[in-house]
Amino acid sequence: MLGLFFLGVSLALREGRISPTELCKKCLNRIKKTQHLNAYITVTEESALKQAQQSEVRLLKGPLDGIPFAVKDNFCTKNIKTTCASKMLKDYTPPYNATVVQKLLDQGAVLMGKANLDEFAMGAGCTDGAFGPVKNPWSYAAPYREQTGAMLESDWAITGGSSGGSAAAVASLTSYLALGSDTGGSTRNPGALCGVVALKPTYGLLSRHGLIPLVNSMDVPGIMARSVNDAAIVLGILQGLDVRDSTTVPAPSPLTELPQDFDVKNICVGIPKEYHAPGLSEETLAQWSRVADLFERAGAQVKQVSLPHTQYSIVCYHVLCHAEVASNMARFDGLEYGHRSQIDSSTEVMYASTRHEGFNDVVRGRILSGNYFLLKQNYQHYFVKAQKVRRLIADDFRNVFGSGVDVLLTPTTLSDAACYQDFTQEDNRTRSAQEDVFTQPANMAGLPAVSVPTALSRRGLPIGLQLIGPALHDKKLLSVAQWIEQRVGFPSISDWDYSRERSAHIH
Amino acid sequence: LSKGFRGGCCPERSSKFSFMWLSLCLSTPQQLVGVVGLEIHAQINSSTKLFSGSSVRFSAPPNSLVSFFDASLPGTLPVLNRRCVEAAVMTGLALNCNINRKSLFDRKHYFYADLPAGYQITQQRQPVAVDGTLTYSLLEGKKRSQVIRKNVHIKQIQLEQDSGKSLHDDVHSQTLIDLNRAGVGLMELVMEPDMSCGEEAAAAVRELQLILQALGTCQGNMSEGQLRVDANVSVHRPGEPLGVRTEVKNINSVRYLARAIDYEIQRQIGILQRGGTVQNETRAYDSKSGFMPEPNLPPLIVYEDNASLPAGIDACQAVVVQKIKEGLPELPSIKRDRLVQTYGILPEHSFTLVNEDGLVEYFEAVLMATKKEPRKVIGWVTNELLGHLKQQDLSVSQSPISPPALAELLELQETGHISSSVAKQVFQKMWRSPGKTAAQITQEHDLGLVSDTAQLHSICQKVVDSHPDEVHAIRNGNKKVLNKLMGLVQKETKGRADPVLVRKILQEKTS
Repeated sequence: MLGLFFLGVSLALREGRISPTELCKKCLNRIKKTQHLNAYITVTEESALKQAQQSEVRLLKGPLDGIPFAVKDNFCTKNIKTTCASKMLKDYTPPYNATVVQKLLDQGAVLMGKANLDEFAMGAGCTDGAFGPVKNPWSYAAPYREQTGAMLESDWAITGGSSGGSAAAVASLTSYLALGSDTGGSTRNPGALCGVVALKPTYGLLSRHGLIPLVNSMDVPGIMARSVNDAAIVLGILQGLDVRDSTTVPAPSPLTELPQDFDVKNICVGIPKEYHAPGLSEETLAQWSRVADLFERAGAQVKQVSLPHTQYSIVCYHVLCHAEVASNMARFDGLEYGHRSQIDSSTEVMYASTRHEGFNDVVRGRILSGNYFLLKQNYQHYFVKAQKVRRLIADDFRNVFGSGVDVLLTPTTLSDAACYQDFTQEDNRTRSAQEDVFTQPANMAGLPAVSVPTALSRRGLPIGLQLIGPALHDKKLLSVAQWIEQRVGFPSISDWDYSRERSAHIH
Repeated sequence: LSKGFRGGCCPERSSKFSFMWLSLCLSTPQQLVGVVGLEIHAQINSSTKLFSGSSVRFSAPPNSLVSFFDASLPGTLPVLNRRCVEAAVMTGLALNCNINRKSLFDRKHYFYADLPAGYQITQQRQPVAVDGTLTYSLLEGKKRSQVIRKNVHIKQIQLEQDSGKSLHDDVHSQTLIDLNRAGVGLMELVMEPDMSCGEEAAAAVRELQLILQALGTCQGNMSEGQLRVDANVSVHRPGEPLGVRTEVKNINSVRYLARAIDYEIQRQIGILQRGGTVQNETRAYDSKSGFMPEPNLPPLIVYEDNASLPAGIDACQAVVVQKIKEGLPELPSIKRDRLVQTYGILPEHSFTLVNEDGLVEYFEAVLMATKKEPRKVIGWVTNELLGHLKQQDLSVSQSPISPPALAELLELQETGHISSSVAKQVFQKMWRSPGKTAAQITQEHDLGLVSDTAQLHSICQKVVDSHPDEVHAIRNGNKKVLNKLMGLVQKETKGRADPVLVRKILQEKTS
């Protein structure tokens, strides 16, 4: 039951084979069993059961009614702690729901809890949150255990980040879908490393009202699910204009079901040559070729294309990201909400100590560099310059899509998930720069992108590939993604009931 | 006594400064003169705030008008208030500005307790209106009867958020923050340094107040903080580069504005004449504050007319400049001209009328109730009435004499029941006893003109009989002596004799 997709579960609920309450309890038990993953910061057991009960007594509203879901802990949830994995907000309880959360609740979905993340969504490993790192569920599945021969607790693999908790929740079968956020790849990265479908919709298609921002001009609520079709159903529910978010756009069309037999003969798949990045693992490269071949054999046009400004993207991303972070974090002063330092001999001292105590190194580092870029004397040279290059990057995509290419096929990450020990050898900034290389250009250009798991690596960990499409062509993007999904035969984690495996470990 | 509109730049001052003032006004090339620019923040008269739906009200309980966005709760986003945009466009049009079809929003960062988000949303790069002109007038000349028109260039008008208020409680070493005002819409108007003294600045501000009040875009009450004026003051010799600027802030009346500016000009002149240099203390912080485009607000587009609306956008969803232009009410300058045309009054009277809240309405109400010509009524309104109001610091609406009551008094005079000088006395008595009509007072104090011919005859006779020398002089051709006899008759009648009649009777009796 837990391994099913929405339609399967929804059918089961409708047919009475399982009740919403039973399903909810199953997931809650699973959460308890997988506690060592640290995927959840808050588990909303009481309210989840209440929601499930309400689902039980009513006529089911739609495919999501009664379905357990998780939400990254940077989405505001009314009366439920929203921490952003930071000491600054460790006891903060918002008085309102984020629009996308509300929409899911309105559909009858059942909120299981708030998923763990890198502090304030800054990171690519989900290793830098105030409540500890998240462990990749695949670390405890047979393939990894057998391949690596590792029995040590410390050999666990990371989930990727920053929406690591969301990915882990879906991958460990404790939720059927999860909301993440994607600024530079924060949904797609952990999606790929945890073997789930991860969609970053077109910028502006989903409301950001209630999403605690990292970079306002790039943030998008991300959708993680077990299948492309599931992701499409969620997109259909969440997309659309929100008057509370002035950057939203009307949905191009209501999202009906994805075509089951999408014909790829009519499409052109672009392979950007600049995405052969240094550090790209041999296995990921092999998957990339594999899927490109699949397309070609099925009659699609597959050609190499160029996105010439790709090499500048990561640097510009960092400048713009840090500048916006410095601005967005300015509100955390301990006055109206959140952590307030005891050291308060003056307002200025109180600000300084509150922010020092409340933020981790990563956040403080980005604020400092962001402020540097925004200084009057640096503004033109850094911020404005980065914006100009950003336009060039967006133009690269526009040109390619305008020349007949329907989708771009690229890797999502450099390799499968690193083990924690290795990953933490380098600092957050270095890792982010390395890991975001394939994902952040889509954020810079505001384009939709989706990561689809394609195979397990030799180490038994998932590898995913990314598709990028033109703005507002999310539906077509997902159709192509589903086509891949149908042909690659990625295994479900429930094929290895790893809870038995786990019981042998010490934690 | 309209304060702030004294002749030119030479207000009366204590003798200590009068020499310096005289030298200012001579403005020979060697003399230092003041240069004044203004930065004005006008609170937009709207029912909700610039980017959120919380209400705008003066004097509400602390922190009772604060939405999630105003409190900077994480995850909240700004949503632009259309009324505020319309107000800015309207104000821009009234000040002859170019309305930017596209304008942008920015974040201006600084840390202060009354700025919850750590930044203010403003329009630094491209504001909604630029390049306008404000025409204002000064009353100059000995009798302040000359209306001099001056212009000041409006650099720009930008929309921005107001901050909250902080109160420092030194007793308990704490600061109390009230966010009711945080996020209220402001129009920042920048006036170029085209003014040269406090009088001009005050006159410009007064005119702006009148315009904003006529438009309804700002209530313009300085003491309530609806209109805040900061002055940038420097001095230089004409033709030479501008001097160091200092700021004059926290001014809560037009009157004080003029004084504070003039004081600062004097202070700077004094420093320079003693060989020192003017220090600017306030600007250091400014250069550090970072600006960044506001990423949550797309560019603001206003449309020229309905024809230029893109497909899919309804006229009622957009801000259309043409529509706003057509809806502009009568501006003060037009009103003044209209009053002169309609009533045949002098420009300086019209100026005084429009300058005082409610005085035009008062004047017009009086005209409705009397047959007297407007040119003969105006003096009563701008001198007698206004003079008395100013003495007691009252507004027109607080006048103890209502328009109908004044009209009645004027009718009494017009129909010959009382003389002009008596009318003035009656006015004063009416002022002190509100509710009593002119007729009542005239009756009570026996002030009515004596027209009883028989009575007048007998009084005149008495005077004639007791002054044979004067009568003799008149009969011999010295007609001027008649005035003396008239004076005596008036003395006898306590000024209540109809002068026309008295003259006639005396002439008869002395012919």
